[in-house]
Amino acid sequence: MTDPTSLSPLDLDTPDKTFLDANELVINMGPQHPATHGVLRVILRLDGEKVLGLECVIGYLHRGVEKIGEHRTYTMFNPYVDRMDYVAAVSNGLGYCEAVEKLLNVEAPPRAQYIRVILTELNRMASHQLWLGTHALDIGAITPLFYTFRDREEILKIFEKYCGARLTTHAFRIGGLQYETYEGFEKDVRTFVNFVKPKIDEYEELLTTNRIWLERTKGVGIISGKDAIALGVTGPVLRASGVKWDIRKAQPYANYKNFDFDIPTGENGDTYDRYIVRMAEFRQSLRIIEQAVEGIPEGPIMAKVPKVIKPPVGEIYHSIEAPKGELGYFLVSDGSTQPYRVRVRPPSFVNLQALDVMCRGAMVADVIAVIGTLDIVLGEVDR
Amino acid sequence: MVAKLKNQYGSGIEPLTYLGQNYMVVDRSMIPEILQILRNEEGFDYCVDITAVHYPKRDKQFDVIWVLYSFPRNERIRVKTQIADGETIASSVPIWATANWLEREVFDMFGIKFDGHPDMKRILLPDGWKGHPLRKDYGILQQDNEWVQINLGIESGQ
Repeated sequence: MTDPTSLSPLDLDTPDKTFLDANELVINMGPQHPATHGVLRVILRLDGEKVLGLECVIGYLHRGVEKIGEHRTYTMFNPYVDRMDYVAAVSNGLGYCEAVEKLLNVEAPPRAQYIRVILTELNRMASHQLWLGTHALDIGAITPLFYTFRDREEILKIFEKYCGARLTTHAFRIGGLQYETYEGFEKDVRTFVNFVKPKIDEYEELLTTNRIWLERTKGVGIISGKDAIALGVTGPVLRASGVKWDIRKAQPYANYKNFDFDIPTGENGDTYDRYIVRMAEFRQSLRIIEQAVEGIPEGPIMAKVPKVIKPPVGEIYHSIEAPKGELGYFLVSDGSTQPYRVRVRPPSFVNLQALDVMCRGAMVADVIAVIGTLDIVLGEVDR
Repeated sequence: MVAKLKNQYGSGIEPLTYLGQNYMVVDRSMIPEILQILRNEEGFDYCVDITAVHYPKRDKQFDVIWVLYSFPRNERIRVKTQIADGETIASSVPIWATANWLEREVFDMFGIKFDGHPDMKRILLPDGWKGHPLRKDYGILQQDNEWVQINLGIESGQ
């Protein structure tokens, strides 16, 4: 295992020399490559088919979200956060709203908390379904893509009925929710849970014991728990390396402490274990949704929040367990209506840094598998 | 823990709490030592984030902030220091490997250099870009026109 602290930057200035001397080759993958899930450019240094090292070039989708945040009021910035991790927009909104609520020292009412948890967990499943479909497609299994997109549609329909949007939902407001649930929301969620349970078994039937899948994922892109912590890797990637850590349990937010669920972990930290962990997370999300939908209390959906949000001078760091890992918001207030500084700690950005360590010594085709298994969204990497 | 550090280092450390979150303001010269102690002796093995805040009216214009988490203690702490424009700060890549990209982003956005970083260059903006966008004196519509004209062949990106 390469020690991540001792990795030296690649010598990219003299590729010709190394090419002649030792059959080394520096090639470009991306930024327009179907398997990089967006505009990611990876510079690979190869010895034949073997990866000696790689460097990620990112920033193609940089929109300056943090700068925009400083020039908008707290309320106006809320929809922007949905555009970072656009396949898990609900989680982004939850983290931001909770951070501002902490700064204001208010708490969303219990009814809002329950609905928030249901929508966030539905979104976690939608994010994992998109990951599974595209990851399997990258490796060569086409069928799961159709299965997962078919079922993800049902989640997006619930979002659309609830707030009118399918992807960038802007579902939450600072202090609670803007919309009361629609007539039949609970019935829809229950129907969905019963509908999707056997579907997850279906995905597993396609892949879990599939020989090609095993060949392509077992022992590929291994990262140990120690290295994962040193590299700041979080989320399912960290858990697949055997570290049992989930912010929903370690430092509970929203009302996750009211629900029973387990933290699935892996042992080997390879691509296959990360697949198994995410498949188990589907079932845990369903467990949480089932409990939450039975317990939605009556009551208001908004806390008492002033019309103009002006948090007192101070700063706060608040983080949640997004589908990709730890999503943190660091907000600095100067007492005005606009944040003085908004810092987003994006899980995809930090996890992507581990790509180099995970790919050294692997084959070129494995790089594709590892990019898929890291589950990055370039909108969030570049912000 | 903070009390122990305070005893040891005296006036260079000021422990504070806001809304139940602990942070400490540390003198710039003591940063490498304090971070090393937090990592090795106090168990803060996970560097969550490194970021900065710009206060142009202050003498020491920048706050640099480390958000740390300890797996054994299940505890977070923030370390904060103030530095002036043009001053550098010791890199924490030898302490936490994850600091590599996070420090590059701080350099990209604020122009703060980290001593001893293995590859101190821009990360999100292109290499030839002029200016550091998250500084307060960088306008929201501002861009490096020269770079845009040369590299994109258009008059303006706006």
